[in-house]
Amino acid sequence: MIPELGHYALVLALALALIQSWSPAMGARKGDLALMKLADSTALAQFAFVAVAFAALTYCYVTSDFSVANVYENSHSQMPLIYKFTSVWGNHEGSMLLWVLILALFGALVAWFGVNLPATLKANVLAVQSWVASAFYLFILLTSNPFRRLAELPAEGRDLNPILQDFGLAVHPPMLYLGYVGFSMAFSFAVAALIEGHIDAAWARWVRPWTLLAWICLTLGIAMGSYWAYYELGWGGWWFWDPVENASLMPWLAGTALLHSAVVMEKRNSLKVWTILLAILTFSLSLIGTFLVRSGVLTSVHTFSNDPARGLFILVILMVFIGGSLALFAWRAPRLKQGGLFAPISRESALVFNNLFLATACATVFVGTLYPLLLEALTGDKISVGPPFFNLTFGPLFVPLLVAVPFGPLLAWKRGDLYGVAQRLLVACAVAMLGLATTFAFEGTKAVLAPFGIGLAFFVMAGAITDMVERIDLRSLSIETIGRRAAGLPRSAWGTTVAHFALGVTLLGIVCGTTWSSERIVALKPTQTVSLSGYDLSFDGMVTKEGSNYRETAAHFTVRTGGTVIGVMEPSKRVFPSRDGMSTTEAALLTRGVSQLYLSLGDSNADGSIALRLYYKPFVLLIWLGAVVMALGGALSLSDRRLRIGAPRPAARVMPQPAE
Amino acid sequence: MIWCVRLVLVVLALLGANPLHAVQVDEILPNPVLEARAREISHELRCMVCQNQSIDDSEAPLARDLRLLVRERLKAGDSDNQVLDYMVARYGEFVLLKPRLSWHTAILWGAPLAILLAGLFAIGFSVLRRPAGSPLAEAGALSETERQKLSAIARSPSEQQFTARET
Repeated sequence: MIPELGHYALVLALALALIQSWSPAMGARKGDLALMKLADSTALAQFAFVAVAFAALTYCYVTSDFSVANVYENSHSQMPLIYKFTSVWGNHEGSMLLWVLILALFGALVAWFGVNLPATLKANVLAVQSWVASAFYLFILLTSNPFRRLAELPAEGRDLNPILQDFGLAVHPPMLYLGYVGFSMAFSFAVAALIEGHIDAAWARWVRPWTLLAWICLTLGIAMGSYWAYYELGWGGWWFWDPVENASLMPWLAGTALLHSAVVMEKRNSLKVWTILLAILTFSLSLIGTFLVRSGVLTSVHTFSNDPARGLFILVILMVFIGGSLALFAWRAPRLKQGGLFAPISRESALVFNNLFLATACATVFVGTLYPLLLEALTGDKISVGPPFFNLTFGPLFVPLLVAVPFGPLLAWKRGDLYGVAQRLLVACAVAMLGLATTFAFEGTKAVLAPFGIGLAFFVMAGAITDMVERIDLRSLSIETIGRRAAGLPRSAWGTTVAHFALGVTLLGIVCGTTWSSERIVALKPTQTVSLSGYDLSFDGMVTKEGSNYRETAAHFTVRTGGTVIGVMEPSKRVFPSRDGMSTTEAALLTRGVSQLYLSLGDSNADGSIALRLYYKPFVLLIWLGAVVMALGGALSLSDRRLRIGAPRPAARVMPQPAE
Repeated sequence: MIWCVRLVLVVLALLGANPLHAVQVDEILPNPVLEARAREISHELRCMVCQNQSIDDSEAPLARDLRLLVRERLKAGDSDNQVLDYMVARYGEFVLLKPRLSWHTAILWGAPLAILLAGLFAIGFSVLRRPAGSPLAEAGALSETERQKLSAIARSPSEQQFTARET
């Protein structure tokens, strides 16, 4: 009964979405307020029905209702409760249901919170949102129905893929989808603006919080995915330039560019056409990401998605929405009036520079990801584009961007003084040089790029706080003044500082983690010891444990440094009988500050020894810590008063400050 | 999204009789210089039955064979490039994670620079297209009245303490 209820709720959501696709757009055209208002109710009801469908599927999972094919294939009655919840989206059908749930959530949020939006803009936004939603409801109902029943009731489920039985599954996909789908808001606003044929600074004011929210979630989602891959896959890598990862990186790069160009639009009423285009492209890349992962195009060697109809369906959705919106853009964009001129050296130009490099980096990832597919389709030649290619092309594109990061916020709008800014950045420069020189002194010519990487990271960090240090008058050394000024500054300015600083932190983590990571591959017998980077790990013996739905063999290690015990590490292997003895390796991590010892278990040998991989990864946690702080910076920006209120008031133009 | 990769990885791990580990103890060459070169080369070679994994990271039996092959070639005195050539001759261009520059990869390698230049060109074009006589074009010089106004402002003591800056 419950699965049918969920199925029915989803059909009703589709019906509502179809109504919402038409009525508000018509209303906006005819100036019929009643038709426009209808969208508010349908958007809220749509969310309610999708939530019912999602709750129904969750109920089936929690109660282990194996008569539902989806539950049978991805669950097990003995699985811990948390994984019964997370396995709802640990499969194709369920994850698409999560996709539309989030889409409907955003629609409902616009209906609920968009009180200040002009009626026609709101109506058009909700209509566009519903076009996307209708397409994906249809996709689920026609090709990926999660509520399909089995004719015969199986006694036990086939269990969730062991590698997905991890806390990461609880965080990574929902965050990633919040990001992907969140960009649909920017898309809907952009298309609505094109339909209306006009756009102003207030538009950017409304779009920014949505973009920012999506960006925060995507940042956290990617970071979580990266950390998950790091500890789960067992060889200590954290980014593999895998097509699936690239699929999430592309919307992030485009979304980051969009955040910055929307600032120019909001403050200076400039870059309108580009911002609209970027909003369309960002969501298009999210759709392409969904297509690449869901269609099986990328995994053609090992057909993971076994239904080509799904791929074809998504491809049609893709062509309709991307092609349609770009055609609309080509048709209507020339009507948009350009405003706010600026000099070649100005904050605006700095943000254009940011957009140029982010867009190029994004395009490079795009070409690198799709080129092998295209080449094979056209000529039959098979080539691989892997990490060495991306490191070689993506890296150099990011360096100028990173160098420019501290300059941007220091330049004045309209016309900036590059020389003056350079002078203000002297301290940051000195810090960078110090970092470079220190690294060079220690490393010499062993790692050529490392000193420059460290220097750049220090420059980004010190440069990010330069402006704030000056503005809160840190040199005055009066706590009261500092506190008063810090509180008086807009939160969005703090957001910029924090996010840019965090970028430097991530860079520092990347440089240190890749340059000074050390590795030992050994075979050890019990009571033997292995040493790496000043840590001694002695192998005490094997321990066997029974998990709820797996058997675990763990190796027990005592970790000492200079003779003192600092902890134990238990890397293990888990065997899942429910999945025909499929096994996973669980690496053991020992955190020392922001560095980590990483120990992963290999095979047992005939002589009683066991194969091990031991890594010492200095400062590696900074990579993800930086990403989390970056997201915090975004959240700080999001809490800015002008975004909270969201009303289209002119921004405070002038803020008097004592001369220096 | 990344969980799909993991699914594939698991499937691949199952293809082998028993799950293997990436670089194993018995593969390591006694000569550390050669071993370092072998690792370096391994990062550039693709495990062909895996999805986008280098043979250095892969647990598949084929990757192990390739790793051993790389080490054999190195022991035989091949240079890094000779090893890569040997692998390409045996397994085709597909084995290289960093495709070589040739006619059919020209677009791939040229793309980043071409896109950057196209972007620069587009920016330059949009600047040039700005209507002549726009405020900015003439903003370089101040008119006589503006200059007088400015000096009047500069003389006023209350204004002198402040410099306007936008947030």
